[in-house]
Amino acid sequence: MRISGKWRGHPARRLGSGQDARATARWSMPGLGLFKGLAVTARNMIQSYYRKDRMTTVQYPEERAPISPNFRNFPFLCYDGDDPVAGLRCTACSICEKECPPQCIYIVLDRDENGKSLKRPKVFDIDISVCMNCGICAEVCPFDSIYMDGQYEMSTTDRFGGLLLGLDRLAKSADYHMQLRPLEASEVAARRKAEEDKKRAAQAAKEAKAKADKQAKEKAAAEAPAATIGKGEPA
Amino acid sequence: MSLLDMAYGGPSLWAPEWLPRLPQRVVEMLLQHYDTPEWLVSLAGFAVAAATVVAVFLSAFALLSLIERKTLARIQNRLGPNRAGWFGILQPVADGIKMLTKEDIVPAKAEWFLHLAAPVLIVVPAMLALGVIPYGREWVPVRLELGLLFFFAVGTLTEMAVFMAGWASGSKFPMLGAMRAISQMVSYELPLILSALGVIMVTGSLSLPDIVAKQEGLHWNVLTPWGLSAALVFFIASIAEANRCPFDLPEGESEIVAGHMTEYSGFKYALFFMGEYLGLFAISGLFITLFLGGWQAPLPGLTVIPTWLWFFAKLVVVIFSHLWIRGTFPRVRIDQLMRFAWLCLIPMALLTIPAAGIWVLIGGGLLGWLVTVPLLLIPWVVLTTIHNRRLAPQTRTYTFAD
Repeated sequence: MRISGKWRGHPARRLGSGQDARATARWSMPGLGLFKGLAVTARNMIQSYYRKDRMTTVQYPEERAPISPNFRNFPFLCYDGDDPVAGLRCTACSICEKECPPQCIYIVLDRDENGKSLKRPKVFDIDISVCMNCGICAEVCPFDSIYMDGQYEMSTTDRFGGLLLGLDRLAKSADYHMQLRPLEASEVAARRKAEEDKKRAAQAAKEAKAKADKQAKEKAAAEAPAATIGKGEPA
Repeated sequence: MSLLDMAYGGPSLWAPEWLPRLPQRVVEMLLQHYDTPEWLVSLAGFAVAAATVVAVFLSAFALLSLIERKTLARIQNRLGPNRAGWFGILQPVADGIKMLTKEDIVPAKAEWFLHLAAPVLIVVPAMLALGVIPYGREWVPVRLELGLLFFFAVGTLTEMAVFMAGWASGSKFPMLGAMRAISQMVSYELPLILSALGVIMVTGSLSLPDIVAKQEGLHWNVLTPWGLSAALVFFIASIAEANRCPFDLPEGESEIVAGHMTEYSGFKYALFFMGEYLGLFAISGLFITLFLGGWQAPLPGLTVIPTWLWFFAKLVVVIFSHLWIRGTFPRVRIDQLMRFAWLCLIPMALLTIPAAGIWVLIGGGLLGWLVTVPLLLIPWVVLTTIHNRRLAPQTRTYTFAD
């Protein structure tokens, strides 16, 4: 239907579909729109009692909406296996500590009595009252150790100690990571496994080579005992 | 006569029709039994009757505050309050405790006495107005010959309290809210009273029980052309008088925080709400009395149900329509509000007066319909159409944006 000149370019035309523009252009019973509106709300109200898809409320403390894999807040430390101390991937390299923009990470390297590095943190604290959830620590970590968590119930009555997360609260298992963000965790696990396999294969190859060398030498020694006499045993 | 005899005395004492007046009559009988002077008996009777009305409507207020939230929630596909008690039934109690335990803040610039008096004053007229409404054939707290006049006279006191609150708070938002409230209430008081004039003309009385008695046997005023027109005007004006959406500009939380209630906290704030809801009950009660046949049953066969129950059934319907309207329409602008009152409602309210006069002259019937329907329908359509066109948005040309 053509819209008469008067209504062309009228804001009401641009607002909705052409149907609405025609309704505006033609005379309609004043007050009809009020009843249409009332019908809409009545339908909303009545259907809310029997149509489950209308009621999207999640009754929070009892029910929880599933969090998206993209949900990220405060960091946690990942460990393999069952022991949060022995399995901790963190090597206390302090890259995250240095990269953290608000400087909320505090790491002390664990050393043995001789002062030799044990390649694990003695203290790893994150002050989540300072943390701004940027995720830079997780990005820069070369040891797949630090990840952003999905935990959002962090309120506490102790605003100092309660918001300073130590190793005991930061360390979470690789299984937890898998549950939280399966895609990322499985990719990391596959990569780590490949690296591990490669390392093991290299080790095995090295060992095999050493063994072969040794055998070859023994064989050579057996074949020509006279020639090798006086020389030391191979390591 | 012993007290026991009195208690089982007349059958009318325990009749459902008399149930709401049972406390009053028991107190009167007790006092008479102990030879109390007559003036004291009637005074105590009135006090108990007033207490009954106040108790009924305060509990209704508590219930409505919950039902309103639940209804609005359902309209918006939410659940509404459901934590305090079964289906949130204890929510009004929780609200009351919260309000009572809150700090009462009086701003340094406020005039403390007026600031204190305003929330009290806003509840009093609503309660006074509730006192003259006939809730049932036997339940009329105060039978006044000039009940309607009293209702309107007392009802206008609310505006004074609102302005008092706005002025005494000593800050700008309350002042703006109060000024809006005054302009709105004064504008809407006119169509409200004018639309009631037709009823007075037809009934020939200002007494509310008389008005109800005249509408017996489904001769409700709303079922006549002039009555329907007047009822429409009255209903719209009553929404504005009760300060409710879409005419809740004095509160206007998106613009002026909470209007005249901005500087109030704690129970004073709750009193404003109480006053508003009691005012809503009162004006809805008057609407029922004037147009919906008051406590009259719709069909003669249904008179077995006590009349006061009929009144409250109608009250539930009217209040629900208020909730429904609140859940549907957005708030109007102040110029729209004033224009609608002066250019549409007041002419229509004025027209219902000759229409009612013609109706009475002709004596109703088919001829009455033939004459009054065009007399009212044509101006309605013309006025609302003009109104619609004036409010259509103008094409806007942007100097810099495009």
